[in-house]
Amino acid sequence: MSAAGSAKGGANTLFGGIDSGSWNTKAVIIGGDCRWLGSAVVRTGADLEGAAGAAFELALRAAGLGREALDAVWATGFGRRSIPFAHGTRTELDCHARGVRHHVQGATTIIDIGGQDAKVIRLDAEGRRISHRMNRKCAAGTGSFLDEMALRLDTSTDRLPELAAKFSEEVELGSFCTVFSGTELLGAIRGGKRPADLARAAYKSVVRRVLEMDVFDGQVAGTGGVVAHHPMVLDLFAQHLGARLIVPPHPQELGAFGAALAARESILNQGLEPAPEAADLP
Amino acid sequence: MHAPRNERLELRSTARMKELLAEYFGRLGSAAKDRSAPVAWCSSVGPAEMLRALGFEVFFPENHGAMLGAFRMANECMSKAHARGYSQEICSYLTSDVGAYLAGKTPLTAYGMDSAPRADVLVFNTNQCREVQDWFEFYGREWKVPVVGVTSFRSVGEVTEPLVTAITRQMEDLVPTLEGIAGKRLDPARLSEVVGLSRQCSDLWKACLGTAAHRPSPLTFFDSTIHMAPAVLLRGTPDAISYYELLLAELQERIAGGVAAVPGELHRLYWEGMPMWGKLREHASMFAQMHTCVVASTYCNSWIFEALDPADPLRSMARASLELFIARSDGPKQRYIERMVEQFHVDGVLFHDCRTCPHNSNTRYGMPGRLREESGIPSVTVEGDHTDLRCYSAEQSRTSIEGFVEQLADR
Ligand code: SF4
Repeated sequence: MSAAGSAKGGANTLFGGIDSGSWNTKAVIIGGDCRWLGSAVVRTGADLEGAAGAAFELALRAAGLGREALDAVWATGFGRRSIPFAHGTRTELDCHARGVRHHVQGATTIIDIGGQDAKVIRLDAEGRRISHRMNRKCAAGTGSFLDEMALRLDTSTDRLPELAAKFSEEVELGSFCTVFSGTELLGAIRGGKRPADLARAAYKSVVRRVLEMDVFDGQVAGTGGVVAHHPMVLDLFAQHLGARLIVPPHPQELGAFGAALAARESILNQGLEPAPEAADLP
Repeated sequence: MHAPRNERLELRSTARMKELLAEYFGRLGSAAKDRSAPVAWCSSVGPAEMLRALGFEVFFPENHGAMLGAFRMANECMSKAHARGYSQEICSYLTSDVGAYLAGKTPLTAYGMDSAPRADVLVFNTNQCREVQDWFEFYGREWKVPVVGVTSFRSVGEVTEPLVTAITRQMEDLVPTLEGIAGKRLDPARLSEVVGLSRQCSDLWKACLGTAAHRPSPLTFFDSTIHMAPAVLLRGTPDAISYYELLLAELQERIAGGVAAVPGELHRLYWEGMPMWGKLREHASMFAQMHTCVVASTYCNSWIFEALDPADPLRSMARASLELFIARSDGPKQRYIERMVEQFHVDGVLFHDCRTCPHNSNTRYGMPGRLREESGIPSVTVEGDHTDLRCYSAEQSRTSIEGFVEQLADR
């Protein structure tokens, strides 16, 4: 890998971004012109560094490049500080904002729904971040909630969209918490409710929890794995907000794309310092 | 590839403070043991001056709760109180202190005490919360000793004369009971003297905190939470005054020498809410590594009592207890935060939404949104607790705080 700081001309440069999420690790390779060259998604598991390395290698392979071709790699996500080959880090709040800003102009509210948390990030008309909210510690409103509900419905999370699409009756899950929702769901099954209707109810619960996090006016963009893989979530948001979420390309890898953009900025604009490393709290 | 680790600078005065605290706890311990002086428990912003003037050794159990938190003893202790029916949702100072009593544990062993001192009387003021009364009544039942106090007003808009009069009357009513326990009359001259000393302590503490308005700040919130101990435990004594003279001189020396508490200070924050005692050290270094100085806080300002007046001791104590931030409604609270942001040249506010202390959590009625919309003050909310570490997610909070600092840097 060429040393960070030895800036080449923008067109010839190459950058990587890694998003080390609690559930999946995503890697994206871009060119100096921000063109998408390759990406990969792998399960994070317990070895953050290993998963980051694997995702990075796969993304490089997809781009047809070797590590040494890259000018800089930046990391984001909850495991961002565990990636020794990253030249710098930014939070996922920053990287999702960067990723969206690349595709969407004007004041925007971003809804990012990941495996372990949901975030609402507000950008002003210039695309600067002005506030963020993160969901409370419970899994409600996140991908983990859908995993738990899929388990109770005797299916898997990837088959939940297909199941929910067959709904015929509107059912509500009212509980705040994932454990309570689980027992509520079991009660509904006992009461004769159909799994397809309950799968939709699970999506409605996620959407409701997120809508409670902030006021949504103006344009709203959606990112993250749940937005990428569960189309019913987008339909439900559209129903509540009166307009569809703007979904940028590759919504699941958008954080990694944002990290690659940060890497690019660090070299081409020489303006972005690596975020100071925060203390490792026990 | 990462920025070098930066740590905040320690203050020299700490050594003197430790001596003073050792003397204070030494006096309390012997009073409880030899019965050489009566012992009163007092809520942190309760009528301590009156107790001191009557010759009580005064113990502040919230400080005990904070020590349990800081020594990471709270969580093992509080489960004992939960088991007795004291909910996980109520003040974790209360549950950790009551739990420590039930478990026979205390961090005061560091000062040669094997338990919190047994009280002859417990004196509360509900200007901060109802919890202090419930807390003290536990010990009242255990030790069969009187629990007395002031039932105050909460959510006070304007501090009016009738409100002050009502609290003054209640304070006057405490006097005969307390005199009976102390075995002596309340000497008006002595009360006036103690109130005067308390006021001087308050003025000096305010001056110390005020040095943080300087850029770079010679002081962080994390220092102040430690150095406020004499203002909490020793107000009304000459020791507290001499301590803050010493501290103020050191802080002024730092300013003169251009010494920053956080080397390379880039961003300045205001901390709204309780400290997280078990996380102080980690928080201090986390912010220092982000070149961010938490310069001021509502919490440390809570021991500034500008109304205290030796010429009118009881009434001024009543007024001071009502003027406190925690006792006020959201309007005065918001204006207060806006003033602090201006005075301390603050870039943003960190709200600690403290799980078990709603009274010190000012995020729950839309305040952060109003500050942003009406005054353009950005803020971030971190969920946690003053003592119960189970309510805190280090990972999520770190991302939120780092993200906020990035946001301020990108402005
Ligand atoms: S104000 Fe909050 S922290 Fe203090 S005693 Fe009351 S409930 Fe506990």
